Amino acid sequence: MNDLKEYVPIIGQDRVDELFLLAKKLEGKSVQNINSTAVGGGVAEILTRMMPHLKQLGIAARWDVMKGNERFFVITKNIHNALHGVPIDIPKGDLEYFLEVNRTNAAEMDLRSDVVFVHDPQPIALIEKRREIGNHWAWRGHVDFSSPYPPVWDFLTEYIRQYDAAVFSAPSFSRELNIPQVLISPSIDPLAEKNKDLPDEKIREVFDWFGIDRSRPVVTQVSRFDYLKDPVGVIRAYKMAKRYVDMQLVLAGGGATDDPEGPKIMEDVRREAENDKDIFVLFLSPASDIEINALQRGSTIILQKSLKEGFGLTVSEALWKGKPVIASSVGGIPLQIAHKYSGILTQTIEGTAHWIKQLINEPAFARRLGENGHEHIKSNFLITRHIKDYLLLFLSLFSAGDIVHL
Amino acid sequence: MNESAPQFHFQTKFDLTILLGKKASSVRELLAHIRAVPKSSIYYHTHKFLEQHHYLSPEPPNDFAYWVSTVLNEPNLGERLSSIDIIQFRSIAELRESIILEIERYLSTARRTPESPEGQEFYFMSCRTFVLPTPFVAHSLTDFRNYLKLVTIQSIYYHIFDARLRSERGENDFSLFFRSLGEDRLAEDVLRLDPYTYTLEGLKQRILFLIEKYERS
Repeated sequence: MNDLKEYVPIIGQDRVDELFLLAKKLEGKSVQNINSTAVGGGVAEILTRMMPHLKQLGIAARWDVMKGNERFFVITKNIHNALHGVPIDIPKGDLEYFLEVNRTNAAEMDLRSDVVFVHDPQPIALIEKRREIGNHWAWRGHVDFSSPYPPVWDFLTEYIRQYDAAVFSAPSFSRELNIPQVLISPSIDPLAEKNKDLPDEKIREVFDWFGIDRSRPVVTQVSRFDYLKDPVGVIRAYKMAKRYVDMQLVLAGGGATDDPEGPKIMEDVRREAENDKDIFVLFLSPASDIEINALQRGSTIILQKSLKEGFGLTVSEALWKGKPVIASSVGGIPLQIAHKYSGILTQTIEGTAHWIKQLINEPAFARRLGENGHEHIKSNFLITRHIKDYLLLFLSLFSAGDIVHL
Repeated sequence: MNESAPQFHFQTKFDLTILLGKKASSVRELLAHIRAVPKSSIYYHTHKFLEQHHYLSPEPPNDFAYWVSTVLNEPNLGERLSSIDIIQFRSIAELRESIILEIERYLSTARRTPESPEGQEFYFMSCRTFVLPTPFVAHSLTDFRNYLKLVTIQSIYYHIFDARLRSERGENDFSLFFRSLGEDRLAEDVLRLDPYTYTLEGLKQRILFLIEKYERS
């Protein structure tokens, strides 16, 4: 795990110093994170990276994982799907069991930290314990709440309302609630394998390995093969643009093997690609961070033509590498791209094709988009900003007013 | 050190973004919310761009103008909103009135008002600002210049933008300090700058240039 001082060459000494300045205001306060899994999934990944940094900043931070059995996790998976908008009615008995597991955990856990930070719906009902303790509680929803199935949302809202604050990843996830709602976006780690600087030889090696010609323009989309990422739409946009500009298309990702829809998506992609030698469909294993890094860095343009998106961290990754990005205006992508300032936002296949041509033909403009995008990610979507936001969130629980003098 | 001698304690600030749970999908809805949201929300949407895109020049538009132009495709109103001369206002209330006036003028002549596509609504936000003292305390113009080089852009932002408009102190903190040193002309020159037309780094360099000019004269 990286030491905070390793971020100094990237964000500057002053920004790292600011984290220590803020953390000092939390001196003596303990912070307890609670989620439902120690490994796997985005939340565990964030907490794994975040905990050592919080400790280095002098915060008495701990991380507890709630216990649950198979039945509990089947129920919470249904809750998760319902929050994504799937109309699943969860039987009353299941909801009662969900609460029972939460109550058993609450009885066994030591919840007396100054701040209890609960992640996602699984441990949400631990808040019932707060009445006895009287400390500060915040809840973070990490999933896409833009169109939750109302009965499940209503059930959860009863518990969310008991927290001191709720945290969401994108503005469209916010709701009318009686408690403060805070926007904290996810982040990328510039020192991670997927994002760190790579020597040009490594990039060349990866392109040569896949047989992609770097002397011609390369347009790339990195995402799992999923209808929501619209790989077929990407190929159609490529074909429209290719009538006027020479280019290659790379679709790189994974996910097809364990997704029941995977084979069908691949069939559609292959049919649309029509054996075009300039289209590269790359299945990558989960351990392909360096390859993804190299593909992003060596490409001329990066696409993210999603139909739906949570936050879209692949956009952050590409912008961080200074690449011009053309992406759909969905989920958290508009937070990352200001149209024509730090990238291009499109709505249609035609619009995507239009901008591919423009950016290939106007490399100076494309370069400026990439430079601005890099700066935007550096200022707003790196892990150091994420840590800063968490510190501010914790501080906000101990103060009132729009302007707080610490 | 004489305790009554002028001194300037550089502060820095951090913003926590608050979601208000309110959204607009048309200019009419935008207007209704602009009338009702807290002052901190108007401040947030007219200043956030400046901080988040502090490396861009010239000044990008405020959130309202950006949304109206790029999502509703109403360049006329978008241009009017982005041309609002924020520096002329002494309070958020005045700024809010000016935005309302522009939108009302547009609505009084618009034949049709477009709706935003689903998922691209305008989401209202605001911020809670945490102000912290830095270790830098200037007792002279030379001290000030040296420390100004060291402080973050958040500090410049706080003393120039928050102080004047949000805390309604009438003028920026730097000019107030220069006046207390008897440097009235320097105070006026800094006051006359339109900070909305600079990047934050560019603004810092401009103020440093002015200080050095007065130090030499």
